Amino acid sequence: MREFKILAILVVFTGILYWGVEPFAHSQMHAHVDKPDYEFKDLKGTGELKGDATNGATLVQANCIACHSIKSASFPPLMDDATSAASYGVVPPDLGSSGLIYDANYLSAFINDPATATNTKHKFVDGVAHPMPAYNWMPPQDIADMVAYLQSIAPKELSNKQVFADACQRCHSIKYGDFYGGSMTAQSDVSKYMGKEAPDLSQYIRSRSKTYLHEFINNPQKHIEATAMPRVGLTKKAEEQVVTYMENVGDSKKQERESLAWPFLGYLLVLAIFAWIWKFKIWRDIH
Amino acid sequence: MAKVNESLFSVEGLDKRLAIKKFWKVMMTEYWIPKDINFLWAMGVVLAVTFKILIISGIFLMMYYKPDVNLAFDSVNYTIMQEVGYGWLFRHMHGVAASVIFLVIYIHMFTGIYYGSYKKGREMIWISGMLLFMTFSAAGFSGYMLPWGQMSYWAAAVITNLFAGGSLEAWGLVEWIRGGFAVNDATLTRFYMLHVFLLPISILAIIVLHFYALRIPHVNNQNSEEIDYDVEAQKYLDGNKKESKVIPFWPVFLSKDFAVLAVFLIFYFYLVFFNYNFAMDPVNFDPANSMVTPAHIYPEWYFLWSYETLRGPFFDVLGMKAMDIGLIIFGFAQVAFLIVPFLDKDPDILPAHKRKKFQIWFWIMVVDMMVLTIYGKLPPTGANAWVGFGATLTFLSLFISLPFITKSDAKKRGV
Repeated sequence: MREFKILAILVVFTGILYWGVEPFAHSQMHAHVDKPDYEFKDLKGTGELKGDATNGATLVQANCIACHSIKSASFPPLMDDATSAASYGVVPPDLGSSGLIYDANYLSAFINDPATATNTKHKFVDGVAHPMPAYNWMPPQDIADMVAYLQSIAPKELSNKQVFADACQRCHSIKYGDFYGGSMTAQSDVSKYMGKEAPDLSQYIRSRSKTYLHEFINNPQKHIEATAMPRVGLTKKAEEQVVTYMENVGDSKKQERESLAWPFLGYLLVLAIFAWIWKFKIWRDIH
Repeated sequence: MAKVNESLFSVEGLDKRLAIKKFWKVMMTEYWIPKDINFLWAMGVVLAVTFKILIISGIFLMMYYKPDVNLAFDSVNYTIMQEVGYGWLFRHMHGVAASVIFLVIYIHMFTGIYYGSYKKGREMIWISGMLLFMTFSAAGFSGYMLPWGQMSYWAAAVITNLFAGGSLEAWGLVEWIRGGFAVNDATLTRFYMLHVFLLPISILAIIVLHFYALRIPHVNNQNSEEIDYDVEAQKYLDGNKKESKVIPFWPVFLSKDFAVLAVFLIFYFYLVFFNYNFAMDPVNFDPANSMVTPAHIYPEWYFLWSYETLRGPFFDVLGMKAMDIGLIIFGFAQVAFLIVPFLDKDPDILPAHKRKKFQIWFWIMVVDMMVLTIYGKLPPTGANAWVGFGATLTFLSLFISLPFITKSDAKKRGV
């Protein structure tokens, strides 16, 4: 009986200590923020306007492909990555998958005014302009048409890695994705353009929680005020794919860990049962 | 007797050469332990096994780890964690064992304090135990540096800075410890040497001393009863096992230890597989960067109480700088437990529940250690700073008042 009392005291004290230094301390250190908003309600896109993809094609060819490539529609990039990064500060994204991975409402708001949609107006002051000019002079119907066109040419599905490459890799490396080949390095050095080198994301799945990653990617300003990281407007599905890719790269043994746990714990449980039987057998003569 | 005819490969032959039967008797079957004990007496074996896990997993980790600032982070987080077969398992086992061993050390230590197992003949057990606490702390700290993450770097920067001695400004000493003006490659390599060589062999040597120190005064028991070991051992050997107040180390004592150990291992491996972040802080999965200070710098949980005594005094008093006051109290906290045998002025060995005032002292001390630990992690702002300050003062007054409290207990009993 006394041993159970001692055990209860141990468990209670250890429990309080754990609660204090882990969940409680971390709740005090990290601000709580609202859940991710995948409809980007703060942005006024083109609302209910129905886009016309055919007209959109003409508009995109007239307005976008001077800087952006659309390889899948036979518009190759006009310069190599290094040259275009040097010219614009960042490699302009290929637009082939934009209609799939970016939210339509966000996309039209972005075309209308990139700095506002990305929440990075604080980075473009004193004459520094966003590399992509605002199209706020364009009638909303035209913007809706362009978005409709981008959606019409987008693939139906992309691999997790491809979503990461299209959405993140222009600024971020994830070198553990191809440690020896080096194909997962950032396409451009954005330190001059954004004021800070974008971190390598290899271990972000371990250094940040999944919840944090979703909240942060959805709207970086919520966790780090005035950060250089733009809101990129990923759809919920694309964001899930990005985080899954980060997990596959940064915590590649997760499945092995979870499947190995049960044989280990099962073995120890059997060991514990036998150990206690042996203990009672030996101590029967003693008491 | 130099010539032995029995084969080397037989029990008799080995006995003739190495006296294995005598050795087994002395170390195992006739090493006497009191019978009046509870499962807290199993913590020694739990610690020994956890330390063994640390050594074995550490040897495997050493095969791939690179003590170089350019390679360390990736050698741990890429090579070991993603490439090497079961490398992640050895790293998780090592990291979690390093943290859990301190939980067991604290339980072991507080058990000793509660039952008065540090005094009147058992001082050497206590002192060697506290030396183990210090060397384990050094091993924990040096090991935490090796993955070369943000917390590794900044904890190393903050802790090595302490050797400047506040207003003494002994920067030469700090540079000597770091091998440079700032924490750098030389610092990492020398802490690697400490972690994989000097500290482990020192720990092994002190463990031998700790076990040896137990041998003469014997293990304490639940009621701190004086036992005549010769008489009680004879009773046991004569077959009066139920009457005897002692049990042999093998198989009786160890059978209970193994049962407790098995339960402990379930708990430990549950943490290894499912709940490891408390031991492997997420912040340390960001590579070390001397240009970016993390928003919150805190040591591992087992250092938090003494860290809080360092930052508890947060305002200057009578021209004395807060940092210097903190450093003095921190210095005292490092030896406070070591000198407990000399602060306890009660001439009797008794468990705390038979020493009323000491019992109150004990539980206040445990609660104060918990408050210090929890507030050692919280940001030291607003009310938190005052709670930390109060808990630091309480810690100080607990150890200053201990001689008077123990004396008064003795007086009440009339000794």
